[in-house]
Amino acid sequence: MKWGVLIFPGTWSHQDFAHVFQDVLRVPWGYVWHKDSSVAGYDALFLPGGFAHGDYLRCGAIARFSPIMDAVIRFAQDGGPVLGSCNGFQILCEAGLLSGALLRNSSLQYRCRWVHIRTESSDTPFTCGGRPGQVLRIPISHGEGRYFAPPETLAQLQENDQIIFRYCTPDGRVTDEANPNGALENIAGVCNKARNVLGLMPHPERASEALLGSKDGRLLFDSMLTPAFRR
Amino acid sequence: MFEARIHVTLKRSVLDPQGDTVRSALTSLGFQEVADCRIGKFMVVRLTGRDVDQARAQVDEMCRKLLANPVIEDYVFQINEVPA
Repeated sequence: MKWGVLIFPGTWSHQDFAHVFQDVLRVPWGYVWHKDSSVAGYDALFLPGGFAHGDYLRCGAIARFSPIMDAVIRFAQDGGPVLGSCNGFQILCEAGLLSGALLRNSSLQYRCRWVHIRTESSDTPFTCGGRPGQVLRIPISHGEGRYFAPPETLAQLQENDQIIFRYCTPDGRVTDEANPNGALENIAGVCNKARNVLGLMPHPERASEALLGSKDGRLLFDSMLTPAFRR
Repeated sequence: MFEARIHVTLKRSVLDPQGDTVRSALTSLGFQEVADCRIGKFMVVRLTGRDVDQARAQVDEMCRKLLANPVIEDYVFQINEVPA
């Protein structure tokens, strides 16, 4: 088993993922450069945060056409687990692997702080080790994280149980005050219909050790290591 | 040669906090007649070729594929022939 961490020009969270995989989880891993054309040999793919291709035009709009993305899309269509955090989430939306889009925070300000998110569904490879309602304390760090989807898309997400995380208070209430960016329905993370692609704005890789303030982010990685979802 | 002048704006259904901020700034400057303000992107793309219909089709495809995100944005463009 081997996990792949994608790097685009401007990606900056790849070393945080690598550190967690190497030193915390001790999982075999490797970097995948955006100009590569194959993800052969990898069992899960991670799209880290940053500013891929400078985020020019729109976040993720150029990265979506990087050579590696054809292989990522095929990998996802074959059922391989793909997790995108922050800029990775934006890229997955632009690539059409996830529904919706991420817009400028309603405050128009960059937000870098700890938030709480409520796990809405444990029916994904990334949350199967948790339980619905479980609150995670994980940091965000973004200027464009306001999730948006048109009404018909939102209805589909709700109907198919694809909303996986919502911003909430420490005790799990979904309120306007707990919403750091104006996201529609406090949505912090969604999955695809087949449930093997997850995007979220918070950074689980920065919350995987108690020393750094929280290890709640490990839920996602530990879930992926459970035998039920191990590929 | 053709020059396409492309405007990309957030859809009406999408909140535009930048536009709202500018609208309230205009109002506080005394422009009471300002009812709404939306902020968008303006792009100028030059294309080689002689066939305006073909250029128009190409720009439309560029907008759909890359320059605008149909989930959140609308686009309009004009095409003019320009000296090479």
